[in-house]
Amino acid sequence: MKILVGYKRVVDYNVRIQVKPDGSGVVTEGVKLSPNPFDDIALEEALRLRDKGIATEVIVATIGPADCQPHLRNGLAMGANRAIHVVTDQAIQPLTAARAMLKLVEKEQPQIVLLGKQAIDDDANQTGQMLATLWGRPQATFASKLEVAGDKATVTREVDAGLETLEVDLPAVVTTDLRLNEPRFIKLPDIMKAKSKPLETLQLADLGVESGDHLKTSTYAPPAKRSKGVMVKDVAELVSALKAKGLV
Amino acid sequence: MSKILIVAEHLGGKLNSSTARCVACAAKIGGEIHVAVLSDAPDAVAAEAAQIAGVAKVITVANAANANPIAQVLAPQVAKLAAGYSHVLGPSTTFGKDLMPCVAALLGVAQVSDIMSVESSHVFKRPIYAGNAIITVEAPSAMAVVGTVRTASWPAAGNGGSAAVEAASVDAALPSHTRFVSLQQGKSDRPDLQSASKVVSGGRALGSADAFSIIYSLADKMGAAVGASRAAVDAGYVPNELQVGQTGKIIAPELYVAIGISGAIQHLTGIKDAGTIVAINKDAEAPIFEIADFGLVGDLFALVPELEKSL
Ligand SMILES: Cc1cc2nc3c(=O)[nH]c(=O)nc-3n(C[C@H](O)[C@H](O)[C@H](O)COP(=O)(O)OP(=O)(O)OC[C@H]3O[C@@H](n4cnc5c(N)ncnc54)[C@H](O)[C@@H]3O)c2cc1C
Ligand SMILES: Nc1ncnc2c1ncn2[C@@H]1O[C@H](COP(=O)(O)O)[C@@H](O)[C@H]1O
Repeated sequence: MKILVGYKRVVDYNVRIQVKPDGSGVVTEGVKLSPNPFDDIALEEALRLRDKGIATEVIVATIGPADCQPHLRNGLAMGANRAIHVVTDQAIQPLTAARAMLKLVEKEQPQIVLLGKQAIDDDANQTGQMLATLWGRPQATFASKLEVAGDKATVTREVDAGLETLEVDLPAVVTTDLRLNEPRFIKLPDIMKAKSKPLETLQLADLGVESGDHLKTSTYAPPAKRSKGVMVKDVAELVSALKAKGLV
Repeated sequence: MSKILIVAEHLGGKLNSSTARCVACAAKIGGEIHVAVLSDAPDAVAAEAAQIAGVAKVITVANAANANPIAQVLAPQVAKLAAGYSHVLGPSTTFGKDLMPCVAALLGVAQVSDIMSVESSHVFKRPIYAGNAIITVEAPSAMAVVGTVRTASWPAAGNGGSAAVEAASVDAALPSHTRFVSLQQGKSDRPDLQSASKVVSGGRALGSADAFSIIYSLADKMGAAVGASRAAVDAGYVPNELQVGQTGKIIAPELYVAIGISGAIQHLTGIKDAGTIVAINKDAEAPIFEIADFGLVGDLFALVPELEKSL
């Protein structure tokens, strides 16, 4: 069984994002870039299914600019068998990403596509659901547990009400939540090994994907600031402050 | 004029308050507002939706396949219902996040996620980078707008409406490739975290599930819902549905009390819209104090029982 993993490069989650003074974007020059945390979890889950003998091959795929190659090597070092780089210089929107992923799905015929539930740059939370729809296959989003048996998977999902369990026929799309697993650390020898693993490059323009980038972003602004509050010296002062506001 | 379809969220025969929040967003867009209730037995939920002020019509789709909200089952039905509407909205809860992108994909249009404000019928503000930047996006006027409504940004529309309820039959092929197995719900008599006016949250500092009882006890005294940081959930002190933040619940209570929570960006993004934020932390340098209206430095194991006693 093949597993295809969406592996997006994003600004590292520890970076404090700054909006450019002219409102034209956020500062990305010189900031640390990392795999989307949810995609590391997706890759880890795929590797565990291979460790268990359920999957035979794990493919990481990125749609992104030419300098994404070290990022894909990172995924290979973590353990993926091979990588696919769909090259585009533009930041694409989820519908376009899903349409491009569908092309890879048609080419590779994976039984499971594992994506993050959301990319922590656009916070869109759309691509997996759109891919499942375009593909006409099941989706199980926000997964915190995945069990594969034969041609079915049982997925526990983190929903607002609690934990929901679905059974899906394969092939299917699964998107990961934080509690699915803890990604492994990359070992030095694996970085060397990754250099010789296959990395295929495709041009987005050659895939015949109709653009779904329908949203035009006009301005970027910093969020409204909360005004700095006061420090109280003890519980009594806190209680009287809250009483004055009618909150207790 | 806009014609707006809202997909109702419901569970156990009850309408979720996220739907009335979507109505508030739709009212800002302006136009005729309809609510669609897809269920195996939609009548009770539809009756509730019909009372929301501003709703002109409630459309019910009764189908045994709709007994549980399976996105790939609901989406083709919503896409069919969407014909003739300028906007199709759902809440940015796990229900809406799961479903609405499927609807967008079927309609072949990009989705606007987490609408926090409406600038005009096709121009919206939404957060990116865990709320560290707010972008203004314009959706094409030649296509339907499909969006999710960031529930914390919108107060629920009030009651007082009396919309007509109409049953619709939808001719769409529904897949059987996805089957509901179970829903394990945290049972609690406490107020619901997403709609409570007061929330008391605990973090990693609590140290154990047992010790977390002082948070529950304080919350009960205050009539508050209980929340938690991701660290507290990961450590197993409380169930996952209590997590507040970027990847948990985004909430906007009148009062939020953060106890033993450091204030990581991912947590703060979930509480930025709270009316008043109180922080209790032993580290005077903790980032939570940068956004707290009232900060108290000290050991929570001494301060929390004292606070409970003095209320
Ligand atoms: C992609 C991603 C998404 C995330 N999403 C979320 C999310 O949705 N929600 C979320 O909360 N986190 C999220 N996180 C995790 C987040 O980065 C932090 O790790 C987490 O919020 C820390 O939780 P905490 O404040 O409870 O723990 P800590 O950061 O360990 O803070 C504990 C605090 O307790 C204080 N303390 C210790 N003992 C005492 C005492 N006796 N009395 C008083 N104070 C004491 C300490 O001074 C400290 O400030 C996410 C992370 C990633 C990478
Ligand atoms: N450009 C991309 N390259 C690779 N994977 C992507 C890309 N865009 C989205 N994805 C996948 O889709 C998930 C959800 O992204 P989003 O819908 O943008 O929040 C991510 O966690 C990735 O797994």
